[in-house]
Amino acid sequence: QILQGNFFDEYQMEGVAREHNEIYLELVPENLARALKTAQSAKAVKMKLTNKHCPCLRVAVELPSLSSSSRIVTHDIPVGVIPRRLWNDFREPSVPDFDVSIYLPVLKTMKSVVERMKNLSNSIVIEANLSGEMNLKIETDLVSVTTHFKDLGNPPWASEDGCPSSAPDRDVESMAEARIDIKKLQQLLAGQQVNPTKALCNIVSKRIVHFILLHEDVSLQYFIPALA
Amino acid sequence: MPLCTQLPASGEPYLLVASLDNARHLSSLLRAVHFQDHATCFASTNGLRVTVEDAKCIQANAFIQAEIFQEFTVQEESVTFRINLSVLLDCLTIFGTGSLPGTSTALRMCYRGYGYPLMLFLEEGGVVTVCKINTQEPDELLDFDFCSTKVVNKIILQSEGLREAFAELDMTSEVLQITMSPDKPYFRLSTFGNAGSAHLDYPKDSDLMEAFHCNQTQTNR
Repeated sequence: QILQGNFFDEYQMEGVAREHNEIYLELVPENLARALKTAQSAKAVKMKLTNKHCPCLRVAVELPSLSSSSRIVTHDIPVGVIPRRLWNDFREPSVPDFDVSIYLPVLKTMKSVVERMKNLSNSIVIEANLSGEMNLKIETDLVSVTTHFKDLGNPPWASEDGCPSSAPDRDVESMAEARIDIKKLQQLLAGQQVNPTKALCNIVSKRIVHFILLHEDVSLQYFIPALA
Repeated sequence: MPLCTQLPASGEPYLLVASLDNARHLSSLLRAVHFQDHATCFASTNGLRVTVEDAKCIQANAFIQAEIFQEFTVQEESVTFRINLSVLLDCLTIFGTGSLPGTSTALRMCYRGYGYPLMLFLEEGGVVTVCKINTQEPDELLDFDFCSTKVVNKIILQSEGLREAFAELDMTSEVLQITMSPDKPYFRLSTFGNAGSAHLDYPKDSDLMEAFHCNQTQTNR
């Protein structure tokens, strides 16, 4: 989630209707990534949603130039506008009632370990407890590997009424675990270029693992469901 | 989890216990012989030998002396088992292959005996990884019967120079011809490819030569 006040000098937007002041767009991330790559050394970037022949996100990048007139490179990215009746499909999942919430270890270490484990198995088990311990495990006919992380710390959660979100009398040593697709975890970790300010994960035993990564003013959330 | 030498629950000692402060020494050596998935490990009081074979015609041996290890104990005369080398390498490099100054992966390797898996305990920066790799029946290995008294020519070269030469070999050539001789060209690598023939000569007084003992001119392909 990106807060518009922190990133944009000018922001104008009007949704479908006053009560539904949102626009849902579907696009190919590769296209936007390419446009933003052009913008790496830009003086200014302007994004507009247009509808010439079909809906497009027009990204106009003003690049520095030696002459007095500026150079503008425009990318027209085709987008799909999602009708209001389908908005529910894209609703952001709410934070689940997790069993354990724990801070992630140094992402670099986690990334190396998961990359190696990916060569050995298709699925990985993440387990953690309220004593700041997390284990990553894989097990196949050939080999079993377990990596133990300690002293990670558990984030303090408080729900609206002030009580902690997870069961208050949960045994601190007891592990909550979920088996997930290792490729999805590896992709998540590979995408992290910079160290986040805060990184944690919430585990609902045998159901889902929810990752929250906070950078200064950007938040990233990943939900990876457990394998059957 | 402490990396201690406790006896396993059954009370029998491990047949093989080896400790290494920097697992990278072992993994880079094993990677050099990793051209097949499986390897046979042979441990004796002298050290650890890892042998990889291909189709009964190529054999590579990596030997690590017992002195290289911080701890190396073998209970019986010798211990032999077959293991998946790709899996072993993935485990040894579990914390990554890049080496940052000041960080190293500590390794402890334990083998209880026939039928038991090879246990690896790896630690880096307070994080511990435990691996259990299943072992197999050791294969019969080729014995090339390389009798040292019948050696005609022997050359020891610094590998850096050979590596550059191998990188430049003409791959369109079906064979690599190796010539060794007490006279010029001393040591020659030749290829015969589509564009023509190429020869790489190493004079016997080259900086790269560690040892040069040639008695007869020999050419092999």
